[in-house]
Parts: sequence; C-alpha cells; structure tokens
Amino acid sequence: MQAFLKTGKLSVTDKPSTSGTKTTKKKPPAPWVEKYRPKTIDDIVDQGEVVQVLRECLSGGDLPHLLFYGPPGTGKTSAILAAARQLFGDITRDRVLELNASDERGIQVIRDKVKSFAQLTVSNTRPDGRPCPPYKLVILDEADSMTTAAQAALRRTMERETRTTRFCLICNYVSRIIPPITSRCSKFRFKPLAKENVIKRLQEVCVAEGVDVGDGEVLHQAVHTCDGDLRRALTALQCCQRLLGKVTADGLIEVTGLVPEKLVDEYLKVKNYNELEQFVAKFLMDAYSASQLLEQLSATVVNAGHLTNKQKCDISEKVAVCSHRLLDGGSEFMQLTDLGCTIIMANNNP
Amino acid sequence: MSLWVDKHRPKDLMKLDFHKDQALRLKNLVQQSDFPHLLVYGPSGAGKKTRIMCLLRELYGSGAERLRQETMHFTTPSNKKIEIMTVSSNYHIEVNPTDVGIHDRVVIMDLVKNVAQTHQIDSSGQREFKVVILNEVDDLTKDAQHALRRTMEKYVATCRLILIANSISRVIPAIRSRCLTIRVPAPTENEIATVLHTVCKKEGLSLPSELAMRIAKCADRNLRRALLMCEACKVQKYPFTSDQKVPEPDWQQFIREIASMILTEQSPKKLGEVRQKLYELIIHGIPPDMIFSGLLCELVRNCDMSMKCQVANHAAEYEHRMRLGNKPIFHLEAFVAKFMAIYKKFVEESLGDAF
Ligand SMILES: Nc1ncnc2c1ncn2[C@@H]1O[C@H](COP(=O)(O)OP(=O)(O)O)[C@@H](O)[C@H]1O
Ligand SMILES: [Mg+2]
Repeated sequence: MQAFLKTGKLSVTDKPSTSGTKTTKKKPPAPWVEKYRPKTIDDIVDQGEVVQVLRECLSGGDLPHLLFYGPPGTGKTSAILAAARQLFGDITRDRVLELNASDERGIQVIRDKVKSFAQLTVSNTRPDGRPCPPYKLVILDEADSMTTAAQAALRRTMERETRTTRFCLICNYVSRIIPPITSRCSKFRFKPLAKENVIKRLQEVCVAEGVDVGDGEVLHQAVHTCDGDLRRALTALQCCQRLLGKVTADGLIEVTGLVPEKLVDEYLKVKNYNELEQFVAKFLMDAYSASQLLEQLSATVVNAGHLTNKQKCDISEKVAVCSHRLLDGGSEFMQLTDLGCTIIMANNNP
Repeated sequence: MSLWVDKHRPKDLMKLDFHKDQALRLKNLVQQSDFPHLLVYGPSGAGKKTRIMCLLRELYGSGAERLRQETMHFTTPSNKKIEIMTVSSNYHIEVNPTDVGIHDRVVIMDLVKNVAQTHQIDSSGQREFKVVILNEVDDLTKDAQHALRRTMEKYVATCRLILIANSISRVIPAIRSRCLTIRVPAPTENEIATVLHTVCKKEGLSLPSELAMRIAKCADRNLRRALLMCEACKVQKYPFTSDQKVPEPDWQQFIREIASMILTEQSPKKLGEVRQKLYELIIHGIPPDMIFSGLLCELVRNCDMSMKCQVANHAAEYEHRMRLGNKPIFHLEAFVAKFMAIYKKFVEESLGDAF
C-alpha cells in the first residue's frame, strides 16, 4: 500500500481552475453527471420554490437555515453547491464547510470541527474590498445518516452561532432528522423532476456531447427507467453511449440493471412448480436482480388486464412481504420461489 | 504448481472465453477518456474477477499484474485498531471491506481518501486516476454504502471504484445510479464445456466430450467449480473415460441424505439426528442459506402443489428470520420441524383417504 501511495506525485495541473487555460492537455475526464452539474442556481431544473428563495439571498436577502429533502438525483446537492459558489465566489473555500456521510460526523466532530468553524468570525467584505455575505455556510449532505446524538449536538451549535453561520442539511427522508432541527430550518421538498424537463435536459446534454438519439424516442425510455432521477438518467445515457457506441432502448435497460419486460411476464405466467424452479435458477444465474424484478412486477400486476382483482390482491400482498424480506437480506432464491408459488396458486384459482 | 483455475486464467480481454461481445465493449470503454465507476455483478464463478483484471491490464498495461499483498492498519473513531489485507499494484488496490465487519465504513473512507489525495501517476501517457476495487459490496453495511455516495462524486477526478457483487438486490439505488452496472451472467453448460476442452488441450490432455458435458452439468454453471472438478477427475483417473465418476461436492450429497432422513420418519427423535447433521454442515463452513435452498429443493419433490406452496412459504419465512438472528441452526431446525409436521399430516390424511 505504501508503495502504491508513493508512486503518485502531486502534479501541478491538479487544480481544476487551471485546466481551462491548458487547452493542449485533455481535460480530466468527468462523468456527465459532474460535467453538467448546474453551475448557477438558474441552471436548476424544476424546484421553482427553492430557486426563488436562493435567488433572493443572492440579491442580498438573508439566508435562513435550510433543510433540503427529497429523492436522489433531484438537484439537492447541486442547488446548494451552486448557491454557495455564487454567494462566496473565490472565497468559497474559507466560508463553506461541506461534510457528507463519508466524513466522520460523530458527536465529537460536531462538537469540535463544526463548532470551531462556526465560531470563526467573518467580515462582510472580501480581501479585495468587495462586499460579501457576513456569514459562513455549513453544508451537511446526506444528513439522514447522522446519529441522533450528533444531531442533538448540532442543534446546540446551530442555536448559538446563528449570527455568523448558516446551516444547510440535505437528506432523503425528513423524518430522519430530529424535530428541534427541522423546526429551525426552512424546509424544501425536492420533487422528482417532471418528465418533459428531464427530456429537455437530456436533449441538451446529448447535443453537447454529440450523441445521436434519432427522433428522441429512446429518451422517453431513459426517462421511463429513471423515475425522475436525473442522475440515473444521465449515467445511463453516458454508459450506454460509451459501452455500445450508441443509445438504444435495450441498451438503457441493460446498463441500468432493469429486468427485461419479457422475463417479468414469464414470471407472472408460470404454471407449475417445475417451470418455476427452472425460471428462478436461470434468472439468478443470469444475474438479474430479484428486488428489481419485484419492483417491476408490482407495477405490472396492478395494470395487468388478465388478472382478477383477487389475484392482483394476493400477488401484491406477497410482493410486499417478499420485498421486505429481501431488503433484510433474505436469499433471492427463497423469496422468488415463495412469491412464485403464490403466483401459481393465484393463476390456478382465478 | 498452481491449480488450473489460476494457471489458465485469461489475461487479455480479447482472450476471454465467453461473453465476448461484452469484453469487446469493455475494451472500447477503456479507450474513452471518461471511464466511469463500475459495478460488476454476477453469481460466483462467472468470471467477474478475471474480467476485471483483464480490464486493469487494458487500462494500465502489464504493470497492473505485479501484485503485492500488504496489511493495512486503520483506527476507528472509537480508537479501535483494525487491520485488513490488501492486494495492490502501482495502479490499483483491492480489499474485502467485509473482513472487518461493522467497521467497513472506516476502511472504505480512509482508503478512498488516501488514494484520491495522493493523486495520480504523472499524466504523461498514463491514466489520471487510480482504481480501488471493493469486493462483496452487497454485504457492506448500509452505513458504508451510504458513505460511498458522495465520495464517489467527490473524488471522481482521481479515483475510480470498481465494485464487485453477487447480486445488486442489496446494493442501494443511490450507488447503482452512480455506476456503470455490468452484468456478468454465469456461463452456460456449453460454454463451460468449451473452456474445459481448451484448458485440457493446453495441459496436453484429451478430454472426451461426454465427460466435459457431464462435468459442466454438475458444476451448476460455476466455471471455477467445473475446472476444479475437472482437475480432480484427472487426478483420479487418466486417461479420461467418458463414464468415469465426476466427484461432486460432498455437501450436496449430504443435504440429499438429510432430506431423505426427514422424509422417511417424522419424529422428535429423527429431528435430533437431523440436527447433528445440520451442525456438521455448518461446522464445515457451508453457508446456511445454501443449506436452506438445498433442503427446500429436495423436500418438495414429492409434495403436491398446495403443499409445495406451504413449504416454500415457510422456508422463505424462516430463512428471513435467520438473517435477522445470529444462530442459523435454530432456524434450520425450526424449518425442518415445521416441514415434518406438515408432511406427517399430509401422509396421514392421504392414508386415511385410501381406506
Ligand atoms: N433539478 C436539477 N436541475 C439540473 N440538473 C439536475 C437537477 N437534479 C439533478 N440534476 C443532475 O443530476 C446530478 C445529481 O444531482 P444532485 O444535486 O447531486 O442530486 P441529489 O439531490 O441526490 O443531491 C447533477 O450533477 C445534475 O447533473
Ligand atoms: Mg446529493
């Protein structure tokens, strides 16, 4: 390991800020997700309410403590990073502390690191004399993975240092944050992005990257596979393009780990135990994911024309049970077999 | 002398024996400048690792094959010292974070940060990033998986992750949406047979096709197992004959015996005997979930559909409980007892019907 670490030397071209000037060298490769991360808050798609508030802060208004919550890939991290950059410009480094789930954020860190950062006093002018906001910003990304004890410690710091520090907490589920904190923050829910907006954004990226998407039909597939999660859609597009050299509907399904609809139908139509055993063995050997199958199955079952309400009911109930067990780490083979039996019984007794 | 599995492991993407189109795509991927994080998944023995080592060679040249083993030390926030084995070259490092149990998060974070911060090999012709390979990511704690999320974005300029899993069912969606997921299906029986032929040819042996096919059938689409079996066959008897015995893993035989014990008699006494046998399996390191699925397969053979359904239901339920608890034997035994009860009732009823 030591040797492994030593071989690298810190090269001078490290700073991303200089990469723009060195046009001869190719830019450090960036995944599209990073490359097209919104640079300013005006680039944020949807999420009008947050953008509105942030815009007011940029034009001199006061920034409240913020709590962003919502599903992945809806722009939470991007929004605050863009706002921070616009607020502080070149002094972002001194004024912003970003901590995420990968950083140590136990109670000790909150007490020491965050507190001492929060206590630093800051002026309302930059080193070069231009004005800037008279506060610092602490971003706690992925805050739902902080312990309650750490959150409690955070709450005290928040209370005490309001004059000089603003906090922005980001999480998927607001219920994981203790009420004393949520009540001190302006809460913003990030909704899954609207279909047409995702398509528009994807189109822009495709044009910029020179990806041929034909009549755009595959973009619908991309949106369909990603459920309003733009990160997922962008990653899928890029992977597809890089791996296959083109973007196709089947390709998108493969790179996102979806189960082909054909298999979902086959599973839903099994007639006897033998068939089921074979299906499950093959399904798992081909490395498809059981939890993904269940997810797609539950959507298919609800809309399936050939099933009676009772059948739908029986199957859906079992899907719920099995998916819960899978989440706890239950074996895929067992759960698929169990659910399969229920499907067989339902199919035989309409 | 190394085993055939290691000796004849392909080193070049283009020399991989199956999923050739995927190999070609990976080769193209390497040529692009924006190499993404990868999540490679498939059943064991499907050749995930071989594929990844080939990929590394494609990325960095043969330097990636000069491996060394080292022990690394980490300190948890609670000041506990932990150590972990790593395998690395100048360009990559590989660990099994699950070796340190619940402390996996610390290992991953320290490792990725170290790698990302010590920065890349000089950019003259080389890659700007190094690779961290994490094994068994589906068994990482949720804590560790969550910690990976932003890390993957933050250090992407200097560090790429290659995550390996048996299945993506237990990989959180947030990680999946940050990776190029590469599915590696197990090779088919025909593909396995072909590989067996190739390897035997390299060894200067002649392998009858029937034997190759029989080995392939026994191996459960696991190439590693097939090669080990084939080598074992060679030790047992050479020249090969098409009808020679293929040594099966004895635990499968063992499970079959347990199943027939259960089917012959359903009583507390028998249950006690079965327990001894189950203990033996566990002591020999057979994963309890494999025992469970093995038992289910054997036991339902003679049941009618509604009973199959009941048995599968209970198996799934008890196996799930086993995951939550920490003594597998309890749950295996509970399942056996349950099965005995259902089966006994079934037999008695059908006997009653007969008279
Ligand atoms: N509302 C949005 N507007 C523009 N881009 C977005 C938006 N939401 C997500 N993205 C894209 O998805 C990527 C991930 O977004 P991010 O803000 O990190 O999501 P999260 O909500 O999970 O923090 C960004 O790099 C960006 O390219
Ligand atoms: Mg985020």
